[in-house]
Amino acid sequence: MQGLGRLSQEKIVFGLAVLLCIGFAVMLPGFLTTSNLLNLVRSVSILGILGVAMGLVVIGRGIDLSLVALMAISVAWTLQLVASGMSLPQAVALGLAFSLVAGMINGILIAYVEIPAIFATLAMGIAIYGFGRYFLFTLDVIYMPESAQALQWIGQGSLLGIPVPIFAFAAVCLVATLFLRWTTYGRYLRAVGDNLPAARITGIPARPIITLQYMISSLIGFAAGLVTAGSIASMNTRVANSTMVYDVILVVVLGGIGLSGGRGNIRNVVVGTLLIGVLLNGMTIMNIQYTLQNVIKGVILLTAIVIDTVLNPRDEQTAQQGDI
Amino acid sequence: MRPIKTSMIAASLALTAGTAFAQGIDDPTRAEYFEAFKGKTVAYVPVAMGFDLTEGWAAGLKQALEPLGVKFEIRDPNWNTDAGAQAITSLISEKPDVLVVHNPDVQSYARLLQKAEKAGIYVVQVNMRSSYSTDAFIGADYVGMGGQIAERLVEKCSPANGGSGKIAITQGVLTAAASAYQMKGIMDVLAEHPEIELVSNQAADWDATKARNIAATVIQQHPDLCAIAGFWDVMDVGTGAAIKESGKDVYLITQGGGNQSACDGLENGTYSEVVVYNVPGQARDMASMIKQMLQLKAEPGSMKTTLFTQLEFLTKDTMKPGSCWSLPSQN
Repeated sequence: MQGLGRLSQEKIVFGLAVLLCIGFAVMLPGFLTTSNLLNLVRSVSILGILGVAMGLVVIGRGIDLSLVALMAISVAWTLQLVASGMSLPQAVALGLAFSLVAGMINGILIAYVEIPAIFATLAMGIAIYGFGRYFLFTLDVIYMPESAQALQWIGQGSLLGIPVPIFAFAAVCLVATLFLRWTTYGRYLRAVGDNLPAARITGIPARPIITLQYMISSLIGFAAGLVTAGSIASMNTRVANSTMVYDVILVVVLGGIGLSGGRGNIRNVVVGTLLIGVLLNGMTIMNIQYTLQNVIKGVILLTAIVIDTVLNPRDEQTAQQGDI
Repeated sequence: MRPIKTSMIAASLALTAGTAFAQGIDDPTRAEYFEAFKGKTVAYVPVAMGFDLTEGWAAGLKQALEPLGVKFEIRDPNWNTDAGAQAITSLISEKPDVLVVHNPDVQSYARLLQKAEKAGIYVVQVNMRSSYSTDAFIGADYVGMGGQIAERLVEKCSPANGGSGKIAITQGVLTAAASAYQMKGIMDVLAEHPEIELVSNQAADWDATKARNIAATVIQQHPDLCAIAGFWDVMDVGTGAAIKESGKDVYLITQGGGNQSACDGLENGTYSEVVVYNVPGQARDMASMIKQMLQLKAEPGSMKTTLFTQLEFLTKDTMKPGSCWSLPSQN
């Protein structure tokens, strides 16, 4: 067990993904082709982008349950504005501003009013959805108007044979990695997530950093929303009520970013996303019913968590850190 | 003399009739008609407000009933079946005169609808029926519709007609009446056509993103896929996007209430064909049924009527300027 003990959850999940890949490649003709692999990554790239947003917040020892609602409402509003005659850049700027303001309110509620993140963002998510549905539009699916066709390229175009959403996912991952590793604020974010009182004693501006972290999350969420709107030529605000936000948390936790904060990297999000992608793709090829797919997904996730708990048992220190 | 006499009688007759018409005669059923609706309440429980079908029905019912003095109430469970069941339960004790229900699946509300009828409330079901039949059902004949769609698929994709014979189906929620009944219709037809191969049959939960991902994978796995049948146009925006992105020529036949977005989708090539159950027409049918119930005053549950909505198969070529409708808020 000594050798196995060094296996992190990230490696376990990556191993599972590779195993599944090999299994599917042997069993399913057409799984291991370039076009299918591209399609696989492309289908989870939006989940991955949202995962990066959530990952950053979780590393800062928070959680953002309003992520999906904010993405849906801000982008739907953007489409609505374009449909009512506003120019595309102006509408995008307004949508982005809406998103950032909501993110800032999240941050202020958590950092200054000191409401636990899980409650503050849960309430904000509901409030944002309600606000959008009541004040901004009446129908819950907003179609992309002709004049916003430029956005479609982000979701449906391709560069050098690779779909643009994959580039978007890669770009978000790259920027987030650089931010975490090389910028002062990135390191502050990790420090605040690891140990808030210690970070504060050493002079890190903890409250502004926490606020910043939710604004970054809303910014990335908005980007994910634009990719979504581009790829299905519409925005379904109903996703705000769906279990999508839990899928996002799943990707983050599955990849090995602990909910107790301070640990993990963007790499973990990528690994978690890939496992989900391989699973969904393989099961769709096998024509497994959606309901059964959920059962299989749940069982594999539990397996990953059980393996991790056996190999990396919780000690007193992690217990004190307080998991959610 | 005779002709003069006749013409005089005719003239005097015309004169008296003229005076009668000038004063007007009262329609003998009028008073009763208006009396029948005074102070009545119609409650409406859709699966959710906020999309073309349910908003369209609400607008149509309101337009037909409110001028008669009927109170029209909406309880919106917002896709939550429990909330819907609660709304119906509390309505049973509030006792509206008519309950209009749009079922999320065939089971959930069955018992409640029976209870409502026992409590003396007329129950009208719209478009997605429950396993329990109530006073009236207004909606598409999904079994027949599935059959017709399957016939279209056979026509388009049969190897005899130059197709590859491969088709895929994207359902909504498996347990919804729209999915379950329609699958029966489709399967019955496909059973007679072994040359057609159903390569994928998945549920996308009425969600465009899921529909997109399913379609992308299926097309990638079966590059010679001939057609996809989707169960709702709002969801199949995603399917259409995946087809466009693949650059393949896949025939997408979908269905819906005929909102303007369906015609737009046909126009810009997102859909190849849309099977339309006309929502304003359904609203009118419902309003007529309700008017009849309130006038006949039969015991709730004593008569079961089914009105299947006439279907229209729209393509870019058969579509006309008035083929689709829009909500007031869309203009």
